[in-house]
Amino acid sequence: MGEKVFLQGNVALAESAIRAGCKYFFGYPITPSSEVPEYYARKAQEEGLVFVQGETEVACFNMIAGTAATGKRVMTATAGPGFSLGQEAMSYMAAAGLPAVVVEVMRPGPADGEILASQGDYFQAVKGGGHGDYNTLVLAPCSVQEMCELIQDCFELAEKYRNPVILLSDALLAKMRENVELPGRKEQNCDLSWALTGCAGRKHNVMTTCGDGAAQWEKFNLDLQEKFAKIKANEERWENYQTEDADIILVAYGSMARVAMGAMKLAREAGLKVGLVRPISLWPFPVKAFEGLGDKTFLVTELSAGQMVEDVKLTVPHKENVYFYGRLGGFVPSPKEIFEQIKKLGVK
Amino acid sequence: MKTIYKRPEVFTDVNTSYCGGCGHGIVNKLIAELIDEMELREKGILVWPIGCSVYADKYYKMDAICALHGRAPALATGIKRSLPDKFVMVYQGDGDMVSEGMAEIMHAAVRAENFSVIFINNAIYGMTGGQMAPTTLLGQVTSTSPYGRAVASSGYPVNMAEIMANMPGVCYSERVTVNTPQRITATKKALKKAFELQFENKGLSFVEVLSPCPTGWGKKPIDAMKMVDEQLIPIYPLGAFKSPEEVPAK
Ligand SMILES: Cc1ncc(C[n+]2csc(CCOP(=O)(O)OP(=O)(O)O)c2C)c(N)n1
Ligand code: SF4
Ligand SMILES: [Mg+2]
Repeated sequence: MGEKVFLQGNVALAESAIRAGCKYFFGYPITPSSEVPEYYARKAQEEGLVFVQGETEVACFNMIAGTAATGKRVMTATAGPGFSLGQEAMSYMAAAGLPAVVVEVMRPGPADGEILASQGDYFQAVKGGGHGDYNTLVLAPCSVQEMCELIQDCFELAEKYRNPVILLSDALLAKMRENVELPGRKEQNCDLSWALTGCAGRKHNVMTTCGDGAAQWEKFNLDLQEKFAKIKANEERWENYQTEDADIILVAYGSMARVAMGAMKLAREAGLKVGLVRPISLWPFPVKAFEGLGDKTFLVTELSAGQMVEDVKLTVPHKENVYFYGRLGGFVPSPKEIFEQIKKLGVK
Repeated sequence: MKTIYKRPEVFTDVNTSYCGGCGHGIVNKLIAELIDEMELREKGILVWPIGCSVYADKYYKMDAICALHGRAPALATGIKRSLPDKFVMVYQGDGDMVSEGMAEIMHAAVRAENFSVIFINNAIYGMTGGQMAPTTLLGQVTSTSPYGRAVASSGYPVNMAEIMANMPGVCYSERVTVNTPQRITATKKALKKAFELQFENKGLSFVEVLSPCPTGWGKKPIDAMKMVDEQLIPIYPLGAFKSPEEVPAK
């Protein structure tokens, strides 16, 4: 751990990625993610980084695929409209086993939408926005500090599983400033025998992205599924707050988890037994966080019309006990607003 | 006894999927010969497209990757920026480059990327069964221009070699073809020049090859060779449109 500094989310994330040894950045400007490419551009010379502003997100996502194929740590950052354009490459990188990191800063869609806070891209990030049977690991921080730590973990996870990893941020986290203790330098330490580097002194490497008949392609897909099953078994992350004695449990991630935490405090002060489940890994969804909580009532709150709530319903035994409250268009509810919703549910 | 001809070392023993009389096979072999002669096998990464050459990553004992349709120049940008001292070859068909990937090739040229691009112009989508490409000739019958390509609905053929020559980021642009032995030799020379230029930091080197597609054109191989002369060359003239001597290093 290093010095404490007061930094904007995007800037802290970029600095932390550089400290993780990510020397390659390809991106296209879009609010609320632009401070990330700007930071890389500014630091390129003194830190010996490669920064390219690509012509489109279509190109940028394929560029990070190219650098990832050479075994180097590489990243892009974007928001919904750009993330949509990147989806063909997400599917491609999952097939080719390319360990790139994508920062997706959510803003409210659909279409160009707004540039405020949102969690409307949960489905796209978590369910795989591109074609075919694949998954990407998705980590969702709820503070600038956590963003700094998770972005470094993203690189390690990407390399551990040879799979793209998404850091799912939102306009609020990206733009807020907080005191952070920047993590130290972390160098890459993984097997790179698969990378494309020119085949001097070894057998040549060819990355598989195209099928060669049903038998071969089904086997390829089953191998991928095996990898995803391993990720599911090993990489769930969450934090539970006061869930043991709770009658009502809030479920929220990212910025919304901060609001939910405030609502939980208000409820506790009013004598209501309320807890909070905060998923940190959205894929794999933290199923284990709900173990032993089967008979509770859940209130899922999101900055969306209801996306993660589907995964909660798939996880708990009584989906009729799962309620939802969301805001759209860039509105972020206050803790009091959530508290009012809790009161409406009543307590058993 | 002196060996005067042999199979290029870099080739694997995988059979190609090309039809008889196809230009891809000829160009693939020229690439293999040059890789042997220039000793590039252990120094290079080959980037293949989606199209009839999609399986070419299996033909060479070299590090290789097949890009998404049209995206080879973007993928190669990520590779070459990471490995600036390595040889990076991009290979694209006309549907891949001029339709799906026009933005990617143009911007690789804008950025003066230091890699070589081989462009196989057969005026058709070979792989998907002979549909119209942006390079299809006016009046040419394809499965999506069954009455012949018409300007009113589909506009005009695209002359990539000339367009690339106009880009300051391109150091070399030449159009060649492979329908006679002499022209095959000339094609090899052009490819060699393009490969050598990678290491001179002058930007993108570009070779367009007019390539017969007997299957897509519905012609016998010999007639497809003739069609290159009679129909393609009048619209797509052969020659160098930009010489590297005119271009300083970046
Ligand atoms: C995004 C996407 N769109 C369409 C296709 C279908 N497709 C495969 S190859 C091809 C055209 C190939 O034509 P060309 O690039 O001219 O190569 P050729 O086969 O003629 O060498 C198309 C349209 C695809 N694979 N991906
Ligand atoms: S369809 Fe045309 S381009 Fe494709 S392999 Fe056959 S001849 Fe060659
Ligand atoms: Mg073609």
